[in-house]
Amino acid sequence: MATEPGRLVMILIGVILMYLGIKKEYEPTLLVPMGLGTILVNIPDSGVLMTGGEAGPFQILFDMGISTELFPLLLFIGIGAMIDFGPLLSNPFLLMFGAAAQFGIFFVIIVASLLGFHIEDAASIGIIAAADGPTSIFVANSLGSQYMGAIMVAAYSYMALVPIIQPVAIKAVTTKKERQIRMEYHPGAVSQTAKIIFPVVICIIAGLIAPVSLPLVGFLMFGNLLRECGVLDSLSRSAQNELVNLISILLGLCVSVKMVYTDFLQIDTLLVMGLGLLGFVMDSVGGVMFAKILNLFRKEKINPMVGAAGISAFPMSSRVIQKMATEEDPQNFILMQAAAANVSGQIASVVAGGLVLGLLI
Amino acid sequence: MSETLLIALEILGLGWGGVFLVLFVIYLCSFALSKLFPPKDDKGGAA
Repeated sequence: MATEPGRLVMILIGVILMYLGIKKEYEPTLLVPMGLGTILVNIPDSGVLMTGGEAGPFQILFDMGISTELFPLLLFIGIGAMIDFGPLLSNPFLLMFGAAAQFGIFFVIIVASLLGFHIEDAASIGIIAAADGPTSIFVANSLGSQYMGAIMVAAYSYMALVPIIQPVAIKAVTTKKERQIRMEYHPGAVSQTAKIIFPVVICIIAGLIAPVSLPLVGFLMFGNLLRECGVLDSLSRSAQNELVNLISILLGLCVSVKMVYTDFLQIDTLLVMGLGLLGFVMDSVGGVMFAKILNLFRKEKINPMVGAAGISAFPMSSRVIQKMATEEDPQNFILMQAAAANVSGQIASVVAGGLVLGLLI
Repeated sequence: MSETLLIALEILGLGWGGVFLVLFVIYLCSFALSKLFPPKDDKGGAA
């Protein structure tokens, strides 16, 4: 071990990940198993990777769950079961903010390609800005990126840091007056029939326009159908709790396979982390700028911060936006609009992931 | 301009544009759904 200081550095990184998860409560469901997993895979001759010349348990889990892309997809069933599309269906106009706030993905792909990354790696790094861990894993694995470990750490760390990253990014591109804009909420009632048909319609549309996105969209919408159909409440609860918890445990552990020091300790890893952060910032900037452009043509102005809520980190982003709005004007309530943009970001991020795959595979 | 950058720009145009297109079609469908299935049609309506 003394001759391989990289192992000690990775063990320290594992401890830091666990510290962030346990003490700071940053995405603990992923960072805690990933932190311990990082320690386990970096111990010399670790049996979790290879045992008796055969693949060890972590490697087997990785081959079964990540290489086949099953774990991130199964996680999507649970995520879909957690999402209420009601606020979005009553204000479908806010869907477009989900599209705008994916700007960071495409911006980072360009910057990464300028920095000399292969296009597959550049695209995988860009997808960190989807603010959606399972999509990042799915795309990075499908494209065979060598930076899977760094991409996972960046995706989940920055998702946890949304309350710190977004206010800085939003304040940099908005004025106080803009952040004080009040928006009237028109809570249109949505029928249960519409809520049931909605996930099916999304599958069909996404399938016709971007068939490669169907694994992501289909599993997400299947989870939502469990929630909304009204006759599978028990399955919906299982998907939201047991399924998500089980997969999170396995995912966190087996992703550590990509945290071996020889793969992780490279200058490129720092670049990946930096580009991921840039992507999160540019997502917020893209959403805000889209709202500002729309405001040029609208009589009823949109609070540009709602645009920044179009990222996939749900419900954290919408809460951050409401908190910022209240800080500027205690009587300003834009939570419902921000929540609608936020769930739209869930749809948009999986569609973006599918489209990027479709363009490269 | 390198080939990688050209592909990246193509992904920007087709990818981001594609996301807007898909979400715009979903927007139209959501609009149609709320018109075709108004809340009064069933008892389980929810906002």
